[in-house]
Amino acid sequence: MDQQTLIYFVWLIPLLPLLAFFTIMLFTRKHDRLSHTIAIGAIAISFVLAQIVFWNAVAQGGSHAAEPAAAVESSTEAPSATAEHSAETPAAAEGEHAAAEGEHGYPAYVESHIPWLPQGLNTLNMGVLVDPLTAAMLFMVPIACFMIIFYSVGYSNFNKKRDPHDQPGFPPHKGREPMYGRFFAFLSLFAGAMLTLVVADNLLLLFIGWEIMGLCSYLLIGFWYARTYPDRNKITPRGAAVKAFMTTRVADVFMLLGIAFLYSSTGTLSFTEIFTQEMTSQLAAVLFLGIPAAQVIYMLLFIGTIGKSAQFPLHTWLPDAMEGPTPVSAMIHAAAMVSAGVYMVIRMFPILGGTVPRGELVTFTPMIIIGTFTALFSATIAFTQRDVKKVLAYSTISQLGFMISALGMGAWVAALFHLITHAFFKALLFMGSGSIIHGVEHGMHATEHGHDDHAAAPAHAEAAPDDHGHGHDDADPQEPDMDPQDMFNMGGLRKKMPVTFWTFLIGGLSLAGFPIFFAGFWSKDEILGHAFHYPQFQIVFWVLVFTAFLTAFYTMRQISLTFFGQPRTEAAGHAHESHWTMIAPLVILAVFAIIAGFVGVKADMPGLGLIFNGPFAKYGTPFEHFVEPVLATTIEIEVLSFDWTPLLIASTAGVLGLALGWWVYGRRPLAAGQPDPLEVKMGGLYVVLKNKYYIDEIYNYVFVQPARRFAVWMGDVFDRKGIDGVLHGIADGALRLSLAFRSFDTKVVNGGADGFAASIKAAGHWLRDIQTGRVQNYLLLALVSVVLLIALYITLFS
Amino acid sequence: MTIPLSWYLIVAAVLFCIGIYGVLARRNAVGILMGVELMLNAVNINLVAFWRYLNPTDVAGQAFALFVLVVAAAEAVVGLALIISVYRNRTDIDAENINLLKQ
Repeated sequence: MDQQTLIYFVWLIPLLPLLAFFTIMLFTRKHDRLSHTIAIGAIAISFVLAQIVFWNAVAQGGSHAAEPAAAVESSTEAPSATAEHSAETPAAAEGEHAAAEGEHGYPAYVESHIPWLPQGLNTLNMGVLVDPLTAAMLFMVPIACFMIIFYSVGYSNFNKKRDPHDQPGFPPHKGREPMYGRFFAFLSLFAGAMLTLVVADNLLLLFIGWEIMGLCSYLLIGFWYARTYPDRNKITPRGAAVKAFMTTRVADVFMLLGIAFLYSSTGTLSFTEIFTQEMTSQLAAVLFLGIPAAQVIYMLLFIGTIGKSAQFPLHTWLPDAMEGPTPVSAMIHAAAMVSAGVYMVIRMFPILGGTVPRGELVTFTPMIIIGTFTALFSATIAFTQRDVKKVLAYSTISQLGFMISALGMGAWVAALFHLITHAFFKALLFMGSGSIIHGVEHGMHATEHGHDDHAAAPAHAEAAPDDHGHGHDDADPQEPDMDPQDMFNMGGLRKKMPVTFWTFLIGGLSLAGFPIFFAGFWSKDEILGHAFHYPQFQIVFWVLVFTAFLTAFYTMRQISLTFFGQPRTEAAGHAHESHWTMIAPLVILAVFAIIAGFVGVKADMPGLGLIFNGPFAKYGTPFEHFVEPVLATTIEIEVLSFDWTPLLIASTAGVLGLALGWWVYGRRPLAAGQPDPLEVKMGGLYVVLKNKYYIDEIYNYVFVQPARRFAVWMGDVFDRKGIDGVLHGIADGALRLSLAFRSFDTKVVNGGADGFAASIKAAGHWLRDIQTGRVQNYLLLALVSVVLLIALYITLFS
Repeated sequence: MTIPLSWYLIVAAVLFCIGIYGVLARRNAVGILMGVELMLNAVNINLVAFWRYLNPTDVAGQAFALFVLVVAAAEAVVGLALIISVYRNRTDIDAENINLLKQ
């Protein structure tokens, strides 16, 4: 593939979904079919381009291993500089040029930038960069986005007609989503922002994509903005959207500080310029409050990730983000938002390269602590949740904790690997849960139609005079009495929704880390193997193993409650399989949830290693060989040899968790209305876990309420009495002063002017008497005057 | 024996005084107009006399006198027209009664 063509492809990958967003929003929003065709078409083309770029990178990566400096680099002044430029930059010449850079040349397959913001001596460039890390993400992100957007067609009931009872801002009940085109536009913007972030060649462009995603999460979590619940303590989509936006915003401020610090210390934000040995050692040498600047910057950036990837203590927004439509949850949890947070710290990890002597393990303690704690903490919450999506939300937080912890321990490759496999099986699980909810909701409507047409009456009909006056007044009539997301209202869906069941099972087993066959096992094993190898991480290892056990347990709990046993409600009994547009993405992602793990099989593992690595590789994993050159310029990674012990411990933990989950929930399926067996056993602890350690309440008490009280105090005392008082004082003073001026004006100025006028008038009156009106009198007067003047003249001058 | 300049001037002064008296004392507007004409002619006598006795080489005095004659003719035309107009309005040309300004 021609280098110049590749550059265009990389530029187009994020641009197409962004263009789709503008096209839909500006022109085609009213046309449902056209809108989703544009959105799906754009992301599909992006997906194809990304695949081309990825496989090109893989092909080049092969030669990379043989000759480390075979980086192909090319930069254009502007993307429009076409024919003559590509003529003068043949790939061969560029290869020589890169080889001249020495063995620390950055492994960029595609690099292209345009000057964007000239400022004094420096110019901020905007551009794209494809290195192995970006290439790996380009394999995962577009396919997940593509599947999610495709799935949304079925999820938004495209196969049904619009129902006049469905109003914008409410979930559709019987018909198509009222704001169908807008939904696809937002999803396209989300995908475009994530792809911008992935291909960005500098931190500023990455941050732009990052913030657009923040906006998209706000728009999409609050997509059903009008929805309210009878339970006033339950967070509404509107509240969840604001919460997500505010929480990530707090973190983003720190991230922006980190970017500013980085720019002020290095004078550049371009990745290829920062990730050099000179730059990282310089960053490590400069101290800030006794800490190397590299660590301060990385900490600030990591706080951005804490917000974006929902790590403790800024994790509370993520479970509430479940208020959005399910494709949005999949988007946030798998393809985009939270992956972006982890991707950013993975991307920026090389700046820590100078903090330890070359060859030693680079670690970052705050990440280990926060990641490990979050992993365990949210796993414990997850196994008490009743909402099918909430369980997945907490499992996401927990898995992200795994990645952060791994990265903190220096297991850079493992963190990235887990990020990618997790994206596949978590997107699968979320879309599976969306399919489940869809099925149960359908069952609900079916049962409602059977005996009570009235319950489904729309809001405006309810407002009409109604003889049947009943207890619907306090509840939103759009909101059914039963919660279709509560797992205790499900059960027995295995037979009703077979495809959803099998794909969900694959995703669940992958999440649980069931040995050998599932992607999640390999990536999790790599993290655990790394922690096990270094003695200083023993505690982390055991905590993560316990977390893996809990993960397997709550996954089995979820699967058992949802799919096995008998239906616990009438609605679950009437559930049926979803539309094929929802099923097809599940099947495709299920394939990836299995095969994506096999690139992480170590070459020195007996048997399997030979199958997946070929006979020539002696160590490491194919994935590791591919992405490792990213670190080559800054950090040397120790490739761990295969070790049975952590693999067996992790497998045991996973299988034990699954078995225990089956034993508690699957062996004797719960009857309708029966409480959670753990609730009975664990008592008070269960209540604490179920209430998520009361973190939301604590935040409410510590931050929200004081902020609100402070705002009220500011409003009442400071603003109304203080600032308003000063303003009123000034106004009062001005009034008094003007009154004084007014009396001066009336008495002195007006009096003077009037007096002058009056005296003129009086003089005129007096002079009136000599005006006889007779011309002869005047002439006489003139004569006398002339005679007198002549007499005067004579007496004076002669 | 030549007639000295002062004689002409005395005649002119007398004529002027008669004119002034006429202007100031006459009630009839036509009389007032005639007084004005006398004053203008007195001035003409002065102009011609001064020219003849003081600067005979220059024709300025005569020219001035001719101008005054023209102005006098014009003045008489306008004045008489006004008087006719007043008479048509009021059937009276007594200067004492023409006092619209005062009213």
